[in-house]
Amino acid sequence: MNTPIYLDYSATTPVDERVLEAMLPYLRQDFGNPASRSHAFGWKAEEAVEHARLQVALLVGCDAKELVWTSGATESINLALKGAAHFYKDKGRHVITVKTEHKATLDTCRELEREGFEVTYLDVLPNGLLDLQAFEASLRPDTILVSVMYVNNEIGVIQDIAAIGELCRARGIVFHVDSAQATGKVVIDLQALKVDLMSFCAHKTYGPKGVGALFVRRKPRVRLEPLIHGGGHERGMRSGTLPTHQIVGMGMAFEIAQAEMATENERIRMLRDRLWSGRSQMEAVYLNGDLDHRVPHNLNVSFNYVEGESLLMAVKDIAVSSGSACTSASLEPSYVLRAIGRSDELAHSSIRFSVGRFTTEADIDFAVALLKEKVAKLREMSPLWEMVQEGVDLNAIQWAAH
Amino acid sequence: MAYSEKVIDHYENPRNVGALDKNDPSVGTGMVGAPACGDVMKLQIKVNDQGIIEDARFKTYGCGSAIASSSLVTEWVKGKSLDEAMTIKNSQIASELSLPPVKIHCSILAEDAIKAAIEDYRKKHVDLVD
Repeated sequence: MNTPIYLDYSATTPVDERVLEAMLPYLRQDFGNPASRSHAFGWKAEEAVEHARLQVALLVGCDAKELVWTSGATESINLALKGAAHFYKDKGRHVITVKTEHKATLDTCRELEREGFEVTYLDVLPNGLLDLQAFEASLRPDTILVSVMYVNNEIGVIQDIAAIGELCRARGIVFHVDSAQATGKVVIDLQALKVDLMSFCAHKTYGPKGVGALFVRRKPRVRLEPLIHGGGHERGMRSGTLPTHQIVGMGMAFEIAQAEMATENERIRMLRDRLWSGRSQMEAVYLNGDLDHRVPHNLNVSFNYVEGESLLMAVKDIAVSSGSACTSASLEPSYVLRAIGRSDELAHSSIRFSVGRFTTEADIDFAVALLKEKVAKLREMSPLWEMVQEGVDLNAIQWAAH
Repeated sequence: MAYSEKVIDHYENPRNVGALDKNDPSVGTGMVGAPACGDVMKLQIKVNDQGIIEDARFKTYGCGSAIASSSLVTEWVKGKSLDEAMTIKNSQIASELSLPPVKIHCSILAEDAIKAAIEDYRKKHVDLVD
């Protein structure tokens, strides 16, 4: 077995072989600039770009004309939030988002605050889902924009986008959805959803990094102020020469997702459930986030009384993410896990497993065996575990902060 | 994050993991850190009649560098007098393990753990003298 075993598909995915094959010609013989109108090189590239736009549109149930190519989800989110806030600022200056959003949304909202907008960051319920009553109560006459992610990147929970969309549309509020983690995992139907703006990227759905798209609804029409000015590409919303090969890759990746997601997700759910049932012989293991309103790919688990970074080190034969930001320079535990009410200790000792297209049963069995062995070893070494075994209540202890 | 070879060695083969009887008068126990900060170290020393640390044990909840720092100091304190052990500085630990700047707090914690264990031992013995 080749180690490390990749169980971090929510971070990124490998490019599918079929995607790569589709992309290659556009780096060599079909290298034309899709904006070149005067010769066949340009026409061919333009045709490829428009075909890819249709492939993306088919997966998400919109019109191809409603998609703008970008460099990825972060850019799409920036364009959606800043673009809409700037365009509609005379209508109001209040924006609503959620505490468990990706940093691309939270940091963009912070920037809007610096520009004079007022942003409400809503709490979530302990299962990670937005409380719709609390959401409705937060809507104000001057609210112009709401941003909620479809699928959470850390805990995989699926928000009720349909219900949130109804509440926004009834009040004429622009609604943006970050779907970076959703494509190929949940059925997205923009025909039915009352969503005005939706951000996508390719690399979490077996496409290449560096390309994404923003859905901008035409009926009812949503307006944006562009962030990037230049040659007026993408109807003026996003200038810059289109990366044909990347776009072709995204289109192909989304076409494959459309064709295969139903069967693929069942297989992935079975693997995820095998992983979750593997933990049943272990004590003090907690699931983070709702199990039912959740994509089948994600399992986020806290192993109490062991610290996350040492756990990651112990399980270096599997590639996973930790909820402990100890790995970055700060000592802050995951803000998503804190938002669902997890203690700092449990947040520190969490691992996000994300299963994908190339995960096998043998991979999962290997991971379960490794976890059992290493968690036991670290607990033998843990003073917290020792105290708990002795019946000490850790919460009753006055810990010295440092 | 890339760890130094020494950190990995101590992490994979930690020295002196375990516990001594904390009620034994010849044992000093130091526990420092907080679960919320991501590290808790428990260091125990056993001191003989000559005032020499003859054994040490640790248990650590923390990152690889925290485990390595505590494993290392259990090796270092053995055979030292209490006064000698008090002179161990976090900078020596950090340099021995080539800790990066973000992990310096692990070495500080290990130094604090030694001091806390010695203080606990001395407290027990002040009480005995009284």
